Amino acid sequence: MPNRLELSGITKQFPGVLANDNVSFAVKPGEIHALLGENGAGKSTLVKMIYGIMQPDSGEIRWNGEPVVVPNPKAARRLGIGMVFQHFSLFEALTVLENIALGMDAKIPSRELEARIREVMQTYGLALDPHRTVATLSVGERQRIEIVRALLLNPQLLIMDEPTSVLTPQEVEQLFTVLRQLASEGCSILYISHKLHEIKALCDTATILRGGKLVDTCDPKEETSRSMAEKMIGTGLKDIVKPAGRSFGEPKLVVNRLLTHRTGHFDVPVTDVSFTVRAGEILGIAGVAGNGQNALLDALSGEIRSEDREAITIDGKAIGHMDTTERRRHGLCAVPEERNGHAAVADFSLSDNSVLTARDRLGMVVMGLINSGAARTYTGKVIADFAVKALGPAATAGSLSGGNLQKYIMGREILQKPTVLVVSQPTWGVDAGAAAAIHQALVDLAAAGSAIVVISQDLDELRTLSDTLAVINMGRLSESRPVAEFSVDEIGLLMGGVHGAEAAA
Amino acid sequence: MSLELTIAIIVTVVGASTPILIAALGELVVEKSGVLNLGVEGMMLVGAITGFVVAFTTGNHYLAILLAAAAGVATSMIFGFLTLSLSANQTATGLALTIFGTGFSALAGQGYSARPVTLLGPLFPAELATHPIWRVLFGYSALVYFSLAMVFAVWWFLKKSRAGLILRAVGENDLSAHSIGYSVIGVRYAAVAFGGAMAGIAGACFPLLLTPQWAERMTAGRGWIAVALVVFASWKPFRLLAGAYLFGLVMTMELYAKASGGPLSAIPAELWSAMPYLATVVVLVLISIRRDASTNAPACLGRPFLPSN
Repeated sequence: MPNRLELSGITKQFPGVLANDNVSFAVKPGEIHALLGENGAGKSTLVKMIYGIMQPDSGEIRWNGEPVVVPNPKAARRLGIGMVFQHFSLFEALTVLENIALGMDAKIPSRELEARIREVMQTYGLALDPHRTVATLSVGERQRIEIVRALLLNPQLLIMDEPTSVLTPQEVEQLFTVLRQLASEGCSILYISHKLHEIKALCDTATILRGGKLVDTCDPKEETSRSMAEKMIGTGLKDIVKPAGRSFGEPKLVVNRLLTHRTGHFDVPVTDVSFTVRAGEILGIAGVAGNGQNALLDALSGEIRSEDREAITIDGKAIGHMDTTERRRHGLCAVPEERNGHAAVADFSLSDNSVLTARDRLGMVVMGLINSGAARTYTGKVIADFAVKALGPAATAGSLSGGNLQKYIMGREILQKPTVLVVSQPTWGVDAGAAAAIHQALVDLAAAGSAIVVISQDLDELRTLSDTLAVINMGRLSESRPVAEFSVDEIGLLMGGVHGAEAAA
Repeated sequence: MSLELTIAIIVTVVGASTPILIAALGELVVEKSGVLNLGVEGMMLVGAITGFVVAFTTGNHYLAILLAAAAGVATSMIFGFLTLSLSANQTATGLALTIFGTGFSALAGQGYSARPVTLLGPLFPAELATHPIWRVLFGYSALVYFSLAMVFAVWWFLKKSRAGLILRAVGENDLSAHSIGYSVIGVRYAAVAFGGAMAGIAGACFPLLLTPQWAERMTAGRGWIAVALVVFASWKPFRLLAGAYLFGLVMTMELYAKASGGPLSAIPAELWSAMPYLATVVVLVLISIRRDASTNAPACLGRPFLPSN
C-alpha cells in the first residue's frame, strides 16, 4: 500500500527566513501523525503547502503514490485533503447549516445538505443543531462545525492545526474519540500541536521540526514529554529553579466571601470565594474552562467591583470597592486570559501598551503628560529581559506572535514588581521554551516576596508552579491546600464538581 | 371621515412612501454587505434631475427611470471606488457624496426649474379603478408596484438564495468570507451599485410621481429618512415596508393636520418632520435594551475591509 502522503525535500524560502529546509516525511493510511515544533518552526508553512495555500520552492508532494501539484485549497479538497484551522472562519450571525453551505465548493440544496450533515454527525457522535445560530455556540461546538464541514468531503487526510488550544479537557477527549474512529476507518490525520501529553495519548508517529528543518521522526509512545520537548527546542529543557526551604511571609492578598453577579448568557459568576495568599506563595487555581475563572479574574483585577470593601484586602487594606487603576496603585496587577483586545491594544505600540498598565506604578505620566522616554526605556527592558521577539518598543502589539505578545504582557506586569500578581492562563498558546521562561519569572517574583495567583486549565503547569492549589467549579472555589497533598485523581474529581466530603463518603 | 377622503389619504400615503421604500431597500442590501453609504440623499438627487431631464426632453417615463437608475449607479461608483478600492472612511465619503449630489443636481438643473413634465400615469387601465375601492389596489403607477415587488425580491434574495447568503456572510465577517474564497470587494461593489440604482429610481419618483417639475433639493431629506428606516426596520425587508408606510403616513398627516385646522394642527410642523427620526431613536433604544437578543445589524457595518496580507 503506498503512503497516503509523502513529502520529499520540501523547501520554502521567505524574505529573510528559510521556513522549510529540505523536509521529508510520510503519512501512512489510517495513521495519526503529529507535527511538532515550537512557534516559528515551520509547521504552519508546511501544512499550508500541503493544503495548497502556498507553493513549495522545491521538493515533491506525493499523494497515494502519485506526484501531485496542489495549486489551491479547492484542489486539495478535490484530492481528499481536509483541514480544520486553529482560528475558525465562522459567521456568528448565521446558522450552522448556512455556515457549512458557505464553505462547500459544490452547490447542494439545503435540504440535502442538512441530511448529509445529520448523517455525518450521527456517524461520529458530533452533536450539533444545524439551525442554531453560531453566536449561541461554545468554542467546542464551533470546532465541531469545522470538523463536520471537513468530513462532508470524505477526506483521506485530515489536517488539524492546534485543535485543542481552545477546548476543555472533556471536549479534547470527545475530539480524540472522533479522530481515533476516523483513523480506524483509514483516514490519515496530520495533527499539529505542541501539547506533548496529547501527542503521546493520540499519535502513532511524530515528526519534529526545529527552525524549518526536520530534526527527528519518532514514536511518541516511546518518548517522554521531556525528550520530545528537548528535541523541539534543541537544548536541554531548563527545570524551574525553586529556592529550597522557602517559608511564606505575612498574608498579602486575602479574599473573603467574594461574589459577582451574572451579567450575560455565558457568564458564570463566582459565589462565596475565600482564599489567602501569603508573601512568596504561588496559589494555583485549577478548573475546566467556563467555571467562573473569567468572573474571578475580573473581580480580582477590579474590572468588576465588589459591593463589599472587605471582600478583598491587600496587606490588610480593603480594596474591594476600588477600580483597576486604584488597585494597581495599591500593588495588585492582573493579566487576563485574552491577549489581544483585553491585555493589550493590538493597534498601539508596545510602548503605549506599557503606559496603559504601568503609568502609575512607574511614574510614566507627569501632570497629565506622558513621559514617553520612560515608557520606551521600560518597554525596552521588558523586551530584553523576557527575550520578546519584536522590532522594538515602537512595534505594535498586533505585529507580535501570540507567544511573544504573552511574554511581553507577562514581563510588563512582572517588572512592575507588584505586591500581588493575578494571571490567567500565563502560557496559553506559548511554546515550551517561552513557557519555561515565564514560569521561572513567576517563581522569581514570588521568591522576591510577591503573592501570586495563577488561574490555569493546564494541570501540569499548576503542579510544577504552585505552592498551594485550589479548584474552581461552577463559580465555587475549593479549600486551598499544599499542592503536594493533591493527587491527580483528586484534582480531577474536584474539577468535575465532587468536593472533599462527598468524595470521601 | 368619508370613504373618499380615506381613499385619498391612502393613495397619498402610498405615493409619499414609495421613494423612501425604494431607496431604503437599496440601502438595506448595501448595509447587509457591510457597507454604510450615507450618500443616499445625494444619489437620489442625481436620479431626480436625470429622471426629470430625460422625461422632459424625450417624454418617455420608463427611459427616464432607467437612466435615473444608471445615474444612481454611476454616482454610487464614486463612493464604491473611494471606500472599497481605496478603503476610505465610509461615513465621511457618504456625507461627501450627499453634498456632491446636492450641488451637482442643482448645477445640472439650472434652467429646468418651473418647467413642467407629465406625471407617470397608472399602470392599469382606468376601467379597473373606476370605483374608489379599486383605486386603492389598481390606481397606482408602475413604480409603486415595482417597490412592492422589490420588497419580496430583496427578502427572497437575502433569505433564500445562495448569492444572498454570500452577501450576508460578507457583511457579517469579511475576513472569514475572504479566507473561504469569496470576493469581499466584488460583492460589496455589486451591493453598492444596487443601492445606487435603487436610490436613482427613488429620486426619479419625485418629478415623475409626486410633483411634475424640477426643484433644487426636491427630495427634501427623504434619503436620510431612508437611511434611518433601515435601522428602524432592523434590516428586515417586510419591517421596512411597514416602516416606510408608517413614515409616509406621518408625512401625510402633517399636511392634513395643517389643512384641517383640527387639534392636530397645534403640533408644530418641525415636530412632524422630526418624527421619523424620533421613531428611529426609540427603536434603537429598544434594540439596545434587549441586548442579548440579536440586533440583526451586520457585524462589519461601516468597517473597511483590510485583509491582513
